[in-house]
Amino acid sequence: MDFGLTDDQRDIQRTARELLSSRATPERVREHAEAGRADDALWKELCELGWPGIAVAEEHGGQGLGTVELAILCEELGRTVAPVPFLPSVLAATLIEHAGSDEQRERWLPGLASGELTGAAGDTPELVHGAAGADVIVIVSGGEAHALEGAAAEPVASIDSTRPAARVDGAGGEPLPGDVAAAADRALVAVAAELVGVCGRALEMTVAYVKDRKQFGTPVGAYQAVSHRCAQMLLDTEGARAAVSFAAWAADADPQRLPEAAAMAKAAASDAGREVTAAAIQLHGGIGFTWEADVHWLFKRAQLDAALLGGASTQRARLARLVAGVGA
Amino acid sequence: MDLTFSEKETAFRDELRGWLADNPPSPEPTDGGEDAHYAWRRDWQRKLYDAGWAAPGWPAEYGGRGASLTESAIYFEEIGRARVPLPANVLGLLLGGPTLMVWGTDEQKDRFLAPILSAEEIWCQGFSEPDAGSDLASLNTRAVKDGDGWVVTGQKVWTSGAQYSKWCMLVARTDGEAAKHKGLTYFLMDMEQEQVQVRPLRQITGEAEFNELFIEEARISDEHVIGGVGNGWKVALTTLMNERAGLGFALQVRLRQQLDDLFAAASERGLLEDPLVADKLAELHVRTEQIRLLAWKGLTDIERYGQPGPEGSLVKWLWSDTNQKLTQVAADVIGPEALTAGTRWSYELLRARGNSIEGGTTEVLKNIVAERVLGLPRLKAVA
Repeated sequence: MDFGLTDDQRDIQRTARELLSSRATPERVREHAEAGRADDALWKELCELGWPGIAVAEEHGGQGLGTVELAILCEELGRTVAPVPFLPSVLAATLIEHAGSDEQRERWLPGLASGELTGAAGDTPELVHGAAGADVIVIVSGGEAHALEGAAAEPVASIDSTRPAARVDGAGGEPLPGDVAAAADRALVAVAAELVGVCGRALEMTVAYVKDRKQFGTPVGAYQAVSHRCAQMLLDTEGARAAVSFAAWAADADPQRLPEAAAMAKAAASDAGREVTAAAIQLHGGIGFTWEADVHWLFKRAQLDAALLGGASTQRARLARLVAGVGA
Repeated sequence: MDLTFSEKETAFRDELRGWLADNPPSPEPTDGGEDAHYAWRRDWQRKLYDAGWAAPGWPAEYGGRGASLTESAIYFEEIGRARVPLPANVLGLLLGGPTLMVWGTDEQKDRFLAPILSAEEIWCQGFSEPDAGSDLASLNTRAVKDGDGWVVTGQKVWTSGAQYSKWCMLVARTDGEAAKHKGLTYFLMDMEQEQVQVRPLRQITGEAEFNELFIEEARISDEHVIGGVGNGWKVALTTLMNERAGLGFALQVRLRQQLDDLFAAASERGLLEDPLVADKLAELHVRTEQIRLLAWKGLTDIERYGQPGPEGSLVKWLWSDTNQKLTQVAADVIGPEALTAGTRWSYELLRARGNSIEGGTTEVLKNIVAERVLGLPRLKAVA
């Protein structure tokens, strides 16, 4: 029993954090988000490092690593809410790799792995997170998945301007003929991992703020009404992180447990994402409600991610059936 | 990351699982009250002891198996899974023995460890006082030097098993002048003297798991000081750290079983079709799994890095909160039976209220998380 990362995984995590701390600073993220533009220079750099193809099989031009490694990158990028199409693209790649036909894999995976193509995926055609400008969009609905050429997408402004959304015509597209449920579960783990990163960053910013901000002559973080809510943020974050670790591990090592593990991870991370980022705004006080405080980017990302591919209630409804079935 | 057991751990689990299946405790007594029930658990510990299963985590030289932390956790998971009781002398096995192994002299270890293991001598814990709960170091029970021993006077509370105990792990103030954490000494007090009176403490379930101790000039010899005079706070922390370690795994498995039973009850009543009930049960499932994962993560962090990660302080908090929610959902699922006195679920509903108080209140746990994990400043006490 070992929850620790391997040395290689730790290297990936450290490298990612170091790189992003200099390339995806709050100022740079804000600048691009306000302009509604992706950070093309950063995306190019990430593509050169092979990030988009980290979990894509080597035969399709990826690095052939596992869901654990993919989750590490999702979490690190989530921490920064960097305006790059990483998560949307890997969601499309994951669905195509695990549910697509050989021909579909050959057609799309090399481009998605290299970053030459970008993708997106969603379960609500009227608002697909990250779909504006994507080359291929996968819509998952009713146990089926359809891939559409990106040209059919019409940009829509979501509340999260770090990731341009689009409306697509859900009726069209070509079906992915494989095991959509298993593929979607892997995609859920990636979204949940990004949410854990968002939570971790929201908690760090909040703890730093309440240590610094003084009222009535004392740092507000000394008041238990504040400190206990911070403790709750940690509990929510660590609980979600544990569930995501389990799901990422199951995807690679014990796929039979993946449906339950993925549903748990997405349920826990969706709730944690909403709660923790809302608490971050509240505990920042007035400044937290301002545009310039940067906490709102985390809240907005968490809202979109929490709903993406099925929110907490949807996951729990599925989980209740799974557990009752297993327990019977 | 590898969330499976090693071959050695699996072999340990299988051996224990097989033994528990072949050697169940005798049938639980239905009359004779708490005394009969306690005698039954004492017999169960002897059975475990004879087979070398009373405390596998103890080093072999003291009669254990030298089991690793992971194997000890497996032990408690399996005890829970087999739905057999914990050994009667649980406080001696989990708290007293390990504390003696750290702080006791060779003579003390020779004298005390073996009878803990065999359940010959039961131990209880005399820490909390009416005016010293969460703020344990402010305790007032006094020990005064007298010849080659000490004379102790004071009151203790929440002492479980006191009426069956031979020895009490007692923390008392030996220096009224010193700072509050520094004037304490850790003793082993002989419970078999009339200067110590045990009075059962009736709790909201109607039963009495705990007691009050009234200590009026009780005698303790110098040989029964543990870890040196004035060092009681450090010794007590060793005891408290052990309190949060092993037991968590038994609790976590017990929660799992309660939830399985609740799913079954909901299914029998057709309530899994009710989306509100299904949602609540699934939420309990998520939390129960989080507790399991966080408990294992905390343990493997200790094995790997020598210290627990942030999970350690979170598990007890999440467990108590989840168990309370579970019993409350049960009241909805089971219906009137869960509110009828003497039923299983009514007992669980009431007993769960103690979970967020015993072994560290949730409020104190949140303070610990805020101050020690998040590094938030401590609020100055009101003057």
